[in-house]
Formats: sequence, C-alpha cells, structure tokens
Amino acid sequence: MKRNRIPQFFIIVGAFLLLLAVVLMLDNVPGVPVMLLIVLRKGAIYALVAVSMNILNGFTGLFSLGQAGFMLLGAYTYAILTVPVENQALVYQRYPNGGIGFSVTESLGRVLGQPGLLLGVIICLILAGIVAGVFAYLIGLPVLRLKSDYLAIATLGFAEIIRAVVQYEKLGPITNGSNLLSNFTNFSNFHLGSLKLDTVMPFVFAGVCIWVITLIINSTYGRAFKAIRDDEVAAEAMGINLANHKRMSFIISSFFAGISGAMLAMYQASVQATIFKAAMTYEILLIVVLGGIGSISGSIIAAFLFVGSSEWWLRFLDNTTVLPNFNAKLLFAIIFAAIVVGIVFLVVYRQNKAQKSRPEAVGRGRKILSLKLSGVITLVVGTLLLLGDLRFLISPDLQVPLLRSGFRMVVFSIIVMIVVLFFSRGLMGDRELPDLFRTGHKRL
Amino acid sequence: MSDNVLKVENVTMQFGGVVAVDNVNLEVNAGEIVSLIGPNGAGKTTAFNVITGVYPPTNGVVYFEGKKIVENYPRGKMKKLYKSENSGAYTHAIEPTPDKITRMGVARTFQNIRLWSSQTVFENILIAKHCRVTAGLLSATFRMNKLEERRQREECDELLGILELDGVRNELATSLPYGQQRRVEIARALATQPKLLLLDEPAAGMNPQETQELTAFISRIRTDFRLTVFIIEHHMALVMDISDRIYVLDFGKLIASDTPAKVQNDQRVVDAYLGVSEDA
Repeated sequence: MKRNRIPQFFIIVGAFLLLLAVVLMLDNVPGVPVMLLIVLRKGAIYALVAVSMNILNGFTGLFSLGQAGFMLLGAYTYAILTVPVENQALVYQRYPNGGIGFSVTESLGRVLGQPGLLLGVIICLILAGIVAGVFAYLIGLPVLRLKSDYLAIATLGFAEIIRAVVQYEKLGPITNGSNLLSNFTNFSNFHLGSLKLDTVMPFVFAGVCIWVITLIINSTYGRAFKAIRDDEVAAEAMGINLANHKRMSFIISSFFAGISGAMLAMYQASVQATIFKAAMTYEILLIVVLGGIGSISGSIIAAFLFVGSSEWWLRFLDNTTVLPNFNAKLLFAIIFAAIVVGIVFLVVYRQNKAQKSRPEAVGRGRKILSLKLSGVITLVVGTLLLLGDLRFLISPDLQVPLLRSGFRMVVFSIIVMIVVLFFSRGLMGDRELPDLFRTGHKRL
Repeated sequence: MSDNVLKVENVTMQFGGVVAVDNVNLEVNAGEIVSLIGPNGAGKTTAFNVITGVYPPTNGVVYFEGKKIVENYPRGKMKKLYKSENSGAYTHAIEPTPDKITRMGVARTFQNIRLWSSQTVFENILIAKHCRVTAGLLSATFRMNKLEERRQREECDELLGILELDGVRNELATSLPYGQQRRVEIARALATQPKLLLLDEPAAGMNPQETQELTAFISRIRTDFRLTVFIIEHHMALVMDISDRIYVLDFGKLIASDTPAKVQNDQRVVDAYLGVSEDA
C-alpha cells in the first residue's frame, strides 16, 4: 500500500499543474470566450466554498446554513484591509475619514513589488479566514448544542444578522455602510511578465485550500468527524469529545468559507453586503447536494457544472429566438425529437428495471398491466409530441417555443430535480474521483 | 479498596418521579468477570449509562481504580422530588462527559449495535484509537504525526489478527453478519485500550452456537488483554458460564449478589424472574 500512495500523490500534483497550465493558456490566448473564463474563475471559488460547507454538512453531519455569513465576513475583512490609501477617500466618500488608513497589500507591494503584493494578498486571505473562524467560535458556543434543523435555523439567523450589522450606519467608517467597497487589490493586479493571471490565481488559492481540507478529512481528526456523522452516541462512547470536535469542524469550515468570500470579493473587484443573502447559501447547499454529500470531488465537479449552467450554457433559454431558415428548423426538430425519445426510453427502461429487481413483490398479472400502462402512456405522449414536432418544419417563421426571459431558471430547476430524483445521493455519492477507477473496497 | 477496579456507591438515578436505579452499591475487582442481571426494565442499562457518564446520577459516587470519576447529589428541583436514601451523603458534583470516562480506561458496547455505518471494520477500529491521539489538528493535518499514525494502524491490525477479524478488514462494518458485528464492536471498544470493559447484552439476538463462541471469546479477551469485564446479560447460559460473581437488579434495587451457583438458588432472584403471586 505504501508503493501505491506515492505515485498517486504525483499523479494528482501533476494533473493539477497541467490544469493550471491549461487555465493560464486559456487566460492569455485571444479568442477564448469570456464566459468560459468567468465560469472557471467563479467555479473555482464556488468549489472551495462548497467543499468548506461539505466539511460540516457532509463529513461531520452538522446541518449549517451560515456559509454566506462567513463568506461576507471574509470578503469584508479582505476588502477593508486592502483598499489602497489614496483610494480610501473615494471609496468611503460618504464617511469622512473613513477607512483604516493603511493597506496591507499596498504597503507590502511598495517594498517588495509583485511578490510583496502576493504576500499581502495571502496574509489578508488568511486573516479573512481567521476573522470568520473567530466568529464561528463565538457563535458555536451557544449554537452547536443544537441539532439538525435547529442548528440550520440558528446559523441562518446568524448570517442574516451579520449582513444587517455590516450595513449599520455607525460602522460606516470601516465597512462603508450599505455602500460598495471597491478599488482594492484583486486578481487583475497580478501579472507574470505580460501574462494575465486572473484565472490562474483563483485556481491556485482554491486548489491549495481544498488540498488542505482533504488532508484534514483524511487525518485522524477527519475520521473522528465522520464517526460523529455516523453515530454521535458511539463516537462519544469511544472517547471523541463531541463539543470539541464539532467546534473544530465548524471553525475549519468557516475559516475556508471566509477565504472563499475574500476570493469572491477579489473576483468581483467589489463587495456589497447585499449579495451575501441566504439565497447564496442555498446555491452552495445545492452544489453540495448535487455533488454528493460527503464527496470533495463531487462538490468541485458540481460547482463548475452549477456555475457553468447558471451563468453560461443555459443563457440562450432566456432569449426569444426566431429560427431563420429550414436547416435551423430541422436541427431544432431533431434535437426536440431526440429529447422526447430519450425521455420515453428512460421511463420505460427504468420501469422495466424496477420490475425486474423485485419480481415477487407484485402479482404477475399486475406487473404486465403496469408495464403496459406506463408504456402506453409514455408512447402516446411521445407520439403526440413528435407529431407536434413535425409542425415546426412547415410553419413559415418559427419562434422557438418557451424561450423567453426567466425560462432559464425553470429549466435549471428541472435539471436539478432530475438529478436529485435519479441520483438521489448526488453525482458522486460519498465517493471520490479516484474511487471510480478502483475496484472493490479501498484499502487504507 | 485498591483492588476495586470499579466501585459504585449509593448510586440512585431518578427520572422525574421514577426511580430507575435505587441506591445501588456494587464492586468489580481487577480481573473479574461480573454480571449484572435482572428482568426487563430493572435499570441495568441505566446503571451502565451512569457509570459511563451518559447521565449524571441523581445521587451517589462512582469510583474507578480508587478515583472518584462521577459524583452527584440531589440538587434544584430534585431536592424535593428525591425518593431514595443517602440524600445528604454527598456535596460535590463531578459530571464528566462519556468521552472523558472512556479516556480514563472504561470502554463499552451497546445493546443495539452502534457501529459507524459508512466505515470499514478497520476504520471503525482505527477511529476508536482517536482518543489516544496526542497530535494536534495542525500536526495531524500536515502529517507530522506519521510515527503515531503508523503505530496506531499497526496496533489495529494486530488487534484484528488477535480477534480473527482480519478476513473482513476492509468490509463495511454494517454489512457483516450479526455475530461478527458484535465482535467488531468489542474490538472497537478494546482499541481504546480500556482496563474495564462494559458489555451491554452482548448475546442479544444470537443463536446458541454464536452465544457459545461469544462466551469463549469473552473469557479469552479477558486473559489476553488483562481486562476486567462487567456484563449486562439476559442469557443465563452465558452468565452462569463465565461470571465470577453476579449482581441481580429488580425494580432498580439490588436484590442479590453472589457466585453463580448461589444466585441460581436464591429465592428472591427466582421470584423476580418468574414473578410471585400476591397472596403467597
């Protein structure tokens, strides 16, 4: 088993470096769609925050909904510490003498140039994590006594409170009240020679953080977290201090949520408290559930898929489209027909499989009947749809049905529902990517 | 005194108005196998839960190796409600959580098996070693505890070998047959390096063949691991076979304590188990 481990480590590091090289290239080759870069940047940040939420929800079994609150703390900490001094008057224009009067990145950058700027960013990211972690510690004292839904409600409440407090007028000289914080050091301040690093940097930061999280999960403490998730009573009886370990998990999760919040601020080049709403937590929760509760690679994959489809691939659904010529109509008709046939096939196939898996559960007569019934219904509906499909070809000028502003979210929700119905444990379940290439149980 | 591994002194556990364990005194000496028996609802598992820190008792003290580990006295509302004896005997409250008591060297199994369901047999046992870990979070994360980690893994493998579980090392613990799950649970308890092992109905749901194997297994681990064993059990064959002494609990009260042969013939014990008619 020792022999097996070292190459695996190098494979992962190699794959990551390769990924960075590809991302660096995409960033600097002209003609790459801007949307792709946006998805990559935001996807990396969402991957980190989803993984950080997975520490709590997936590995420790604590259902917390405070992630947006901790991201907000991280984002504000980072922004406040890095607004350059000469910009502070502009940024805090509603608050005379606002701002903290220094900027970590600026001071370090002046002395050491780009490396100093980078050092400043790293220090501020860690500080952002620490601030989130300290708050997590304080909130954890009362809140972690609660279980399941109650914990979720309490943490959600905390996130809302933090959002309100940050916008409080009296804190304005530091947080700029409900106004935007901007002009601070962000990803576009970095260059390697003439190469842009806008997309590589989120990947590097997120990659390092996720690597550390993986190390924690696979350490003895991570194993203790999993024991708490599986059976709290047994975990306590086997000498695992519940209060300590839950607090530890909560702080670790919030620490990385804080860092990802700061990265989100860097990506957007501005921070405003209003974006860190509960809706953001739900998005992250959605990623965690879609990817698989208790799977780090699942969260990462789901984060990119989520950001990709919500920002890019499904955009066309929001635009009313008129098909210009016959070829376009034909293409549309074929795609539509393929979707219909696919769904009919899926329904019949699953029905069949379900019947086969429990042959004795239903009487023989009823089995044939139900199979027939479902088959007939799907076939009839399918045929009708296909007939309707033919109509598209002959109509003179065809506006694609349903496509209009807002339809994207409908389709998105349907996709999510389908994933949850057909992969009830998420895309990856609680497995990791390497598990897919292994047969049998993993050997430790 | 120093011979006692476990000493329970005047322990009462009262839930609201219900006295589940009523002023119980018992001792378990080093190297003994002692059983606690009694009809359903007699308070056996409650007594276990008091010893392992799941509930603080309403009154009384528990000593482990001569050291007070649990102490309590009727306080607050319980002052008025308290129905049992020795209410003024104690004035301190020591209420450690179960994990602290486990780290002192008391390990237990559960009546209904509680293995960690998503973990393999090996992982179940390795996690139980977590309570002996000295590395902090940071050094564990960045693998500066390699020596300790390797030692613990070797110990786990050794344990699996001794308990003849190495064949199922990488199976999911909950996918095993019932009898083996029991063994894994006992192995997990042993992994915490206990001096005293508490078994809560280890033979529950087992057939006679499995029970016989379990009996041999328990006597074996006692000698192999130099353990003291305290068992709750319904299964008389097992109890009579391996116990050095037996305590009998009925309606929370200790009604007998003696060697198996004598307990078997004790009229009060027979009455408690078979019932006694009112006018007899």
